[in-house]
Amino acid sequence: MAQTESEIVQGIGSDYGAKYGFSNPDEAKDYFFKSGRGLSHELVDAISAHKGEPQWMNKFRHRSLDYFLARPMPTWGGMPSLAEIDFENIYYYIKPTENQAESWEDLPADIKDTWDKLGIPEAEKNYLAGVGAQYESEVVYHKLQEHLTAQGVIFLDTDTALREHEDLFKQYFGTIIPQNDNKFAALNSAVWSGGSFIYVPPGVRIELPLQAYFRINAENMGQFERTLILVDEDAYVHYVEGCTAPIYSTDSLHSAVVEIVVKKGGRCRYTTIQNWSNNVYNLVTKRAVAEENATMEWVDGNLGSKLTMKYPAIWLTGKGAHGEVLSIAFAGKGQHQDAGGKCVHVAPNTTSVITSKSISKNGGRAGYRGLLEVAKGAHGSKSKVVCDALILDEDSRSDTYPYIRIDENDVDIGHEATVSKIGEEQLFYLMSRGLSESDASAMVVSGFVEPITKELPLEYAVEMNRLIQLQMEGSVG
Amino acid sequence: MATLELKKLHVALEDGTEIVKGVDLTVSSGEVHAIMGPNGSGKSTLAYAVAGHPAYQITEGQILLDGVDITEAGADERAQAGLFLAFQYPHAIPGVTVTNFLRQAMNAVRKARNGGVDSPMPVPEFRKLFLAKMDDLKVSRELASRYLNDGFSGGEKKRVEILQMAMLQPKIAVLDETDSGLDIDALKIVAEGVQKLVGPEMGALVITHYNRILKYITPDFVHVFVDGKIVEEGGPELAEKLEVSGYVQWEKPKEEAA
Repeated sequence: MAQTESEIVQGIGSDYGAKYGFSNPDEAKDYFFKSGRGLSHELVDAISAHKGEPQWMNKFRHRSLDYFLARPMPTWGGMPSLAEIDFENIYYYIKPTENQAESWEDLPADIKDTWDKLGIPEAEKNYLAGVGAQYESEVVYHKLQEHLTAQGVIFLDTDTALREHEDLFKQYFGTIIPQNDNKFAALNSAVWSGGSFIYVPPGVRIELPLQAYFRINAENMGQFERTLILVDEDAYVHYVEGCTAPIYSTDSLHSAVVEIVVKKGGRCRYTTIQNWSNNVYNLVTKRAVAEENATMEWVDGNLGSKLTMKYPAIWLTGKGAHGEVLSIAFAGKGQHQDAGGKCVHVAPNTTSVITSKSISKNGGRAGYRGLLEVAKGAHGSKSKVVCDALILDEDSRSDTYPYIRIDENDVDIGHEATVSKIGEEQLFYLMSRGLSESDASAMVVSGFVEPITKELPLEYAVEMNRLIQLQMEGSVG
Repeated sequence: MATLELKKLHVALEDGTEIVKGVDLTVSSGEVHAIMGPNGSGKSTLAYAVAGHPAYQITEGQILLDGVDITEAGADERAQAGLFLAFQYPHAIPGVTVTNFLRQAMNAVRKARNGGVDSPMPVPEFRKLFLAKMDDLKVSRELASRYLNDGFSGGEKKRVEILQMAMLQPKIAVLDETDSGLDIDALKIVAEGVQKLVGPEMGALVITHYNRILKYITPDFVHVFVDGKIVEEGGPELAEKLEVSGYVQWEKPKEEAA
């Protein structure tokens, strides 16, 4: 017999454990350095000391920590579960290996095994121009194709970039997202470690994506990578990040900051496939500045985590700049995805599109929260916001919070929102062609997110569809 | 040789209202049966129940396909066993192209017929077959890469239903009001498409209100369906007669409201 909707829902996420949920329990003793639990100014000094970083960065961290401690918890978005984060129970800094490897073979066997299981070395061989692999707090492997290095492309972990390119680093670091921008940006600014630093010189177009993969292994881990991407005039880069973690019964915390500058005529696409386990708080600040005729695109897939609060932002500061945010949020049992995007038009003739697709099932809660702002003087600007929600059962929830502020008359703004359910009639139609109920549901969901998956590189689109398929698959028996 | 048998079939809605009140009917490959009846007689309910719609409960009787009882089978299992329903109102599946949908549906059917082991049709073979069938049914090739029934005209939807039938090659096809919403040219193409498929491999059960489509698909048997029951049976001449006399003679006089 065909399965009922509720049986299908029971099976959701059943595959995560086998595919991503593994951990290396015995290796904690082998870590090069592991901080104690909790957050303090002593911890900040310990991080700075391990990194051997300049005085100004140490000061920046201390000040950021003060900001973090002083700021209240946001009362919107992820409340009430946000209040349950026990900051004193988190490990803020774990350095798994003494040195970064340039060859997978040089990594400790357990860590290499993790990357093999996640398929990263294989992906690097087949379709990536460069790879960074962060394990806990540090990037343990990093490599860029030589011809790109020769063209002046910099793709490093952020700590190394600070050491090797301090002037360039200092010029932009913390300028797009000030250290006191919000509570979690302040936390990241205090204890940041790892992440990617990218510089693409004028006119250089990197055809294959650069990828970073973020892996949390330890229980109660806090991961705070910091990414800074600089795309110079007429240059192009596509950066892809993925993230997963083992399943633990207690919470972990991931709080990244990503800053991007796209210069005149440049283009940056930033794709995220976020698939944290359901015990990870994912509280991330991402913001880009697009200068004259530049294009910035965020493709943001949120499948995992316990709570995600993330609204990739684009400031269109140069005339003719274009911004796009494509967001998918998938919330299952015990998950809350508060996702969306922000576009702020501050220059004339700028254009933006925000497309959000959210799916909630089995009691999950997915929503769109977005801001569209057009400042005075940004005449001739155009923007379109489309948010569609698909709710798979009665227990699940979808919310839409579209904030729109327009201070210019000569603009063209559109906003559309829909909420739908998978209809029994749609399922019956597909099943009457021989598809099982779970395949039919997966087909409807895949179709729903297709406007976004078609924007993904083929490998990721396949992966995304596979994940959706798994999410929809029924339990056995 | 395939056979669909309906034995004393009773179908009720979820609230218990009986719509189909005891139908006996046998359709074999090579045959075209027409079920003709007025609006509200329960024709579409019969079609849905045969295809396995979960909202229509079979309260009595049996459905057998080649002697195998499929009364309790899900819609997907019935399709895999060789039943096909061409919908009166096909549903749109945004984001899923006709090609992609058909490949998955065909592979699901092939897998089931291969004892549960994947046996996908190789892509070049699929493509060749698909293009040939599209051309046969004068379906624009451009439709193949469009989202299934999404923004299709009434005629496009019906043609794509028949295209699906041609690709899935069922043993017995049930066509629910396939003639509604079609202009005469489209009707001819669709009807010829069906006629071509009827043969040693397939039988058809054509459900219709008017005999319009029956001018292009000649039925071997006509069953008059009124108030959930077959009230008269005959050959093609019965359809002609109905054209003139309508269904009035079988319909119960409407009760006056109190």
